[in-house]
Amino acid sequence: MNARLRWRKLVSGFMLTMTGVCALVAVSVLFFILGYFVYNGGKSINWDFFTKLPVQVGETGGGMANAIVGSAKLLLLASLIGVPIGFFGGIYLAEFSSTKVAFVVRYAADLLNGVPSIVIGIFAYALLVLPFKHFSTIAGSFALGIMMIPITLRSTEEFLLGVPRALREGSMALGAGKWTTIMRVVVPAAYRGIMTAILLALARVAGETAPLLFTALGNHYWSPGWNQPTSSLPVMIFTYALSPYEDWHRQAWAAGLVLLGLVLMVNIVARVVLSRGVAVPRS
Amino acid sequence: MASPSINVPSASPVASSRSFLSKLRNGDEIARLITFLFAATVVLITVGLVVELWIDSALPRHKFGFTFFVTSVWDPIAEQFGALPFIYGTLVTAGVALFLAVPLGIGAAIFLAELAPQKLSDPLQFFIDLLAAVPSVIYGLLGVFIVIPIMRQWIQPALKNTLGFLPLFQGPAYGVGFFTAGIVLAIMVIPYIISVSREVLLSVPRDQREAALALGSTRWESTWKVVVPFAKTGIMGSIFLALARALGETMAVTMVIGNTPTISSSLFSPGYSIAAVIANEFTEATGDMHLSALIELGLVLFLLTFILNGLARLLMLLTTQRGSGMGHA
Amino acid sequence: MMHASARPELSVNLKPTGIANTSRETIAPESMRMNISKVNFFYGEKQTLFDINMGIATNRVTALIGPSGCGKSTLLRTFNRMHETVRNARLEGEILLDGQNILSQDVTQLRRRVGMVFQRPNPFPKSIFENVAYGPKINGSNLTIAEIVEKSLRRAALWDEVKDHLHKSAYELSGGQQQRLCIARGLAVEPEVLLLDEPCSALDPISTAKIEELLVQLKDSCTIAIVTHNMQQAARVSDYTAFLLVGQLVEFNPTPQLFTTPSDPRTEAYITGRFG
Repeated sequence: MNARLRWRKLVSGFMLTMTGVCALVAVSVLFFILGYFVYNGGKSINWDFFTKLPVQVGETGGGMANAIVGSAKLLLLASLIGVPIGFFGGIYLAEFSSTKVAFVVRYAADLLNGVPSIVIGIFAYALLVLPFKHFSTIAGSFALGIMMIPITLRSTEEFLLGVPRALREGSMALGAGKWTTIMRVVVPAAYRGIMTAILLALARVAGETAPLLFTALGNHYWSPGWNQPTSSLPVMIFTYALSPYEDWHRQAWAAGLVLLGLVLMVNIVARVVLSRGVAVPRS
Repeated sequence: MASPSINVPSASPVASSRSFLSKLRNGDEIARLITFLFAATVVLITVGLVVELWIDSALPRHKFGFTFFVTSVWDPIAEQFGALPFIYGTLVTAGVALFLAVPLGIGAAIFLAELAPQKLSDPLQFFIDLLAAVPSVIYGLLGVFIVIPIMRQWIQPALKNTLGFLPLFQGPAYGVGFFTAGIVLAIMVIPYIISVSREVLLSVPRDQREAALALGSTRWESTWKVVVPFAKTGIMGSIFLALARALGETMAVTMVIGNTPTISSSLFSPGYSIAAVIANEFTEATGDMHLSALIELGLVLFLLTFILNGLARLLMLLTTQRGSGMGHA
Repeated sequence: MMHASARPELSVNLKPTGIANTSRETIAPESMRMNISKVNFFYGEKQTLFDINMGIATNRVTALIGPSGCGKSTLLRTFNRMHETVRNARLEGEILLDGQNILSQDVTQLRRRVGMVFQRPNPFPKSIFENVAYGPKINGSNLTIAEIVEKSLRRAALWDEVKDHLHKSAYELSGGQQQRLCIARGLAVEPEVLLLDEPCSALDPISTAKIEELLVQLKDSCTIAIVTHNMQQAARVSDYTAFLLVGQLVEFNPTPQLFTTPSDPRTEAYITGRFG
C-alpha cells in the first residue's frame, strides 16, 4: 500500500467517524433536554401545581391549574375548527375533486403550513380580536385551528388515496352510493393514518405560544366561557421564565416538563402504536 | 336511492337550475358540494390571510414605502419606523444557525444513510423526529437557563480570548445576543436538515455508490464525491426548509436575543428579530401606525418564508424528477 | 460433470463452426490472470455458490452464462469483492489475482486493478470529462488527466462522438453511449481485469454490437470477464465460457468447444434451448 492510499484511507476513517459524532451530538440533544426537564421540573411537580391558581407576584406557591384548563379548552375548540375543515376538505380532494381544483387547494394548504405561527396570530387578531375589542379563547383557538388544517388535510387526502381501488369498487358493486362508500368503507380503512395525523397536529399546536400572545393573551384567574382571555401552558412558561422571580422559574420548569411530556408522549404513541405499517407524515 | 340523471343540454337558465336542483337531491352530489365548501374554506383562509396582511399594513407602506426596509430607527413615540435592525437580526441569527446546523446535520444524515445499519438508523431517526416535535418555548426555556449562562461564563470569554481580533467576537458579552439565538436556532433546525437529507441520500441509486467503489474509491470518497453530489438538490431543499423555519421562529429567539434593536458587527451584541419584536410589542402598540408597522413586519416575514418554502419545494421536485429520469435512452 | 481439468489445453484446435469470429487466435493463453478455487458463497444461511473452480485467462474474454438465478452475477461480483457491500454476504475459498489472494489485499487497491461495468449505465451526475477523470483523480496518475481521459475514451470507441462535448452532462448521452462512457470510466484507472455484468441487457441491438466489437478489441490490453444471459453474445465475443446452473459450475471450456461439443448434457440442454 503506497503512502497516498494510506492517507486516503486515513481520511476516510476519520471523516466517517466524524459523521458518527454528528449523529451522536444531534441525538444526545434530545436526551439532554429530557434529562434537564425531568430534573428541574420534576422537583416542582406536586398536587398544587395541577390544582391551584397562580398566587400574587412575589409570593411563592400556587400552581397552574388555570393554564392547564386553558390549554385544554383552546385545543378542544381548535380541533373543532381545524379537524372538520381538514378532514372533509381531504375527502373532497381524494374523492371528488378535479386535478386543477386539487392543485389549488393543496397549494393553499402548503402555503398555510409554511406561514410562521406569529403571522397566523396576526391574522386571528385582525379577524377576531380587533372587531370585538377584546382578547378571547375563541381567537386563540381560531389561530391554533388554522394551524391544524394543513396537516389534517394533506394526511386525510394521502391516506384516503392509499386505500385500494378494489375496496371502493367492491362497495359500489353492492349498490352503495359514493358517499356511503366513503364513510363506511374508505374512511374506516384509512382511519389509523388519519387519527395519527390528527394527534400529531394536536401535539404540534399544543406547544405553540406565539399565536396566543395576542389572541388568547393570558389570565391570572380562571377564564369562564369562551369569550375571555385565557391562560395557557406555553404562554405561562414564557411569562414565568422571563420574570425575575425564582419561584416562577421553578414553576416554568414544571410546566415545561408537563408540556414536553405530553407532546412527546402523543408523538410517540402516534408514531409507534397507531402507525404500524402506516407511513407517518413528516411535519 | 340515486336516480340516474340524464344531462339534457339546455340553453335556458331555468332549465339548468332545475337540473342543478335535481342533482342536489342525490346524496352524493350534496356530499360533493359540502366537502367542496370545506376545501374552499382552506383557500379562503389562505387568501384572507394574505389580503389582511396587505390591507392592515397599508398605513406604513404608504408613509414609508421602500425606506421602511433600510431605516434603522424604530421609534413608536415619534412614529418613525424602520425595519432594518429586525431584518438584520433575523438574517444574522438564521445565518449563525445554518452555519452550525448544516455541517452537523449533513454529517449526521450521511451517517444515518450510508453507515448505520437499518436497525440503528431507524431508531435514531425516530429520536430526531421527536426533536422536531419539541415546542419552541421549551427550547426557549433551555436557552434562558442553560445556554445563556454557559455562553456568558465559558464560551463567549473563550471566543474572545482566541478569536477576539475578529470584530465578530468583540464587545461586551452578557450571554444574550445574536450568537446565543443562533445556537438555539441551530438546535431547532438540525432535525429538519437531517430528516430530509437522510431521505434524499437513501434514495440515491445503489449503483452510483457501487460504481464509485468499483473504481477504487474509499468509502468516504464514494460518499462525498458521488453520493452526496447526486443528492445535492434535495439537500439544498432541506437547507431552505431549515432556513424558512429559522426565520419564522419566535419564542426561543425572543427569550435569548436581548430584544434591543441594534445593528452590530459583534455576534455577542444583543439584537432583535422580526418575529421577536412583533411578539413583544404587539399587545402594547401605541397607535394605529405602530400596530400597522408591526403588521407590515409580519407581511415581510410571510413573504420571506413564502419564497424560501417555494424554492425548497421546487428543489425537492427537481430531485424526484432526476431520480426517475436517469438517462436510459 | 465438470471437465477433468478446468484449465484449457495448451494448444486448442479451433474449428470454424459457422460462428463468425475472425479475431480468435490459435495461440494458447500464457497464464491465468485470476484463479478461482473452492469458492463457496452464502447470503446469511443460504448458500448460492457451490465449490467453484475456474480461471480467468489473461488477455482473453471469459463469459459466464446460465439461466436466471444461477449465480453468475454473484460469482462475478466476488472477483472485485463487491459482494462486501451487502451485509450478510460471506465468501469462502480462494481467489487469486496474479498469484495473490484478493481477500487478503487491501480492497480499495484491488478494485483499481479489477474494474467493473454494471448492468444499467450508471454515469455520475457530472460531465463526460469528469466521469472518466474521477478514477485517475482519486487514485493519482502518471499522465495528465486530460491525456488519460482521451486515451480511455478512445479505447471505449467513444472519443470521436464526444470529443467536442466533453463538458456536457453525461446524462445527455444515449443509453449505449452512456454504457461506453462507463467502460471508458472503468478503463481510466488502467485495470488489469475488467468485469462486465450483463452490460448490454439494457441496450438496443446497435449499441450492443458496438460494445461487443469494443470488447474484442480491448482484450489485447485487458483481461475481460463478462456475464451474459445471451448465449449468442457469449458465442460471438468470448474465448472461454463457464456455464453455471443453480450455483454450480457445470462446465468451463473454450467457447467453440462448449458450444459445439459440450461435455455435459446439461450444457447441451441449455444451449439448445431446452430450458433457460
